[in-house]
Amino acid sequence: MIVNGVSVDVADGVSVAAALMQLKIIPRRALSGEARGPLCGMGVCFECRVTIDGQPHERGCMVRAREGMEVRSDEG
Amino acid sequence: MKVDTLIVGAGPAGLAAARGARSVGRKALVIDENWNGGGQIWRGQGRLVVGVAFEFERQVVDLRGLEYDRLILACGARELFLPFPGWTLPHVVGAGGLQALVKNGLDVRGKRIVIAGSGPLLLAVAANLTKAGAEVLLVAEQTSWTKLARFAAGLWRWPSKMAQGILLGNPRYRAGLWPVRADAGGVTMSDGRRWDCDYLACGFGLVPNLEVPRLAGCAVVDGFVEVDEWQRTSVDGVYAVGEITGIGGVEKAEAEGWAAGCGTKIQGDHARFVSRLAESFELRTGLRGLATPDTIVCRCEDVKLCKIVGFHDRRDAKLQTRCGMGACQGRICGPILEFLYGWEAERARPPILPTKVSDFVRKTRVTLD
Ligand SMILES: Cc1cc2nc3c(=O)[nH]c(=O)nc-3n(C[C@H](O)[C@H](O)[C@H](O)COP(=O)(O)OP(=O)(O)OC[C@H]3O[C@@H](n4cnc5c(N)ncnc54)[C@H](O)[C@@H]3O)c2cc1C
Ligand code: FES
Repeated sequence: MIVNGVSVDVADGVSVAAALMQLKIIPRRALSGEARGPLCGMGVCFECRVTIDGQPHERGCMVRAREGMEVRSDEG
Repeated sequence: MKVDTLIVGAGPAGLAAARGARSVGRKALVIDENWNGGGQIWRGQGRLVVGVAFEFERQVVDLRGLEYDRLILACGARELFLPFPGWTLPHVVGAGGLQALVKNGLDVRGKRIVIAGSGPLLLAVAANLTKAGAEVLLVAEQTSWTKLARFAAGLWRWPSKMAQGILLGNPRYRAGLWPVRADAGGVTMSDGRRWDCDYLACGFGLVPNLEVPRLAGCAVVDGFVEVDEWQRTSVDGVYAVGEITGIGGVEKAEAEGWAAGCGTKIQGDHARFVSRLAESFELRTGLRGLATPDTIVCRCEDVKLCKIVGFHDRRDAKLQTRCGMGACQGRICGPILEFLYGWEAERARPPILPTKVSDFVRKTRVTLD
């Protein structure tokens, strides 16, 4: 997986949200600029949303991290 | 392609419905937005059903275009989150939410975790996080010891795994305690004590996912889809099973799913357990006062509590403040507003979430023969 341009190793079957949390990368910043992180872990809250392979507003908790997958967070 | 039985949700209820349909020779298709079956409790550990088609990574946002003779809705529940100062900080996660993230690969070994909120789920989460190597410092249940004791005393009647946790006990379990404020490194509880922690895992019970049932036009009574003993809803050919008909755990979900799948009457008395759970873990009204005027209520649109006063329903507040108009479409703040002000959800209109390209491309199909 490539996060904000940096290549990282992620084990098989790990969700994008879990991988980012492990790496302490904030997926999204609120309108106010406040850092947010995953809340529900099950696709409901959209707090884990990131851009995946160019597709914005993807819920990181509902997507498995894959090799070569490009993830962009508000951090990057 | 038309299927005989279309099932939305591959949790315990949906999987049991698939087994039931299969047992009476009906062709079934199960759709779930997760990448694997098992729903919230089993997450990928649920056994798929031989001879039934599964379509994963597909979210049902509209029923138009789906063809079926019978529709079985098994959409499950989500956690109820309540706003309090600091609840939007990144280390404040849902209780079931953190457990889900751990099941999907988050490593919590050595992490100090405070679990708070309400319901038997807190104990299941405590057990699972401990097993994953975390240090659970405290499990704070908002309901009183009296109610908890009464609930536990009645448990022998319902040999439910979910409930056995309470009887087995957890030395860190406290009743009548709830979080009042989270800060960057910890949380302060209602007794004034502050705990340093890496995560505050916080959930105040479960609320049913009613978006798809509402889309189907099913009658909702007292917050749940209304069904008869055959699990039939108010709409011809549409059935509802599992948490959307009442929060009652995995055994109820499976019994209902099986009944709807086979087309038989439900076995066993689950209604009493459902009402016992609801009474025992009823949220104390004091929790309504946790949010201060500056606390964010709608996380998507950053709408603070002070902006939401003076409206008479959710629609009014939404139009004036954008509360509930963001990405989650009110799935998080909707139940909060219902708890705070008694405002009910509006009618669902398709699509229930912005449809994205990925809903169509990342679909995976599985059939076991
Ligand atoms: C976060 C969480 C964690 C939980 N953890 C535990 C636990 O550890 N132990 C325990 O005893 N109980 C747990 N529960 C309670 C447990 O979910 C219930 O007891 C019961 O198993 C629910 O069964 P179900 O089939 O009704 O719903 P669920 O298991 O919730 O299954 C519903 C399924 O429907 C799918 N779905 C919903 N809407 C759509 C849609 N529009 N399109 C496509 N698919 C859709 C979901 O992806 C999900 O897989 C948890 C609940 C939650 C919310
Ligand atoms: S954590 Fe809530 S949608 Fe991903």
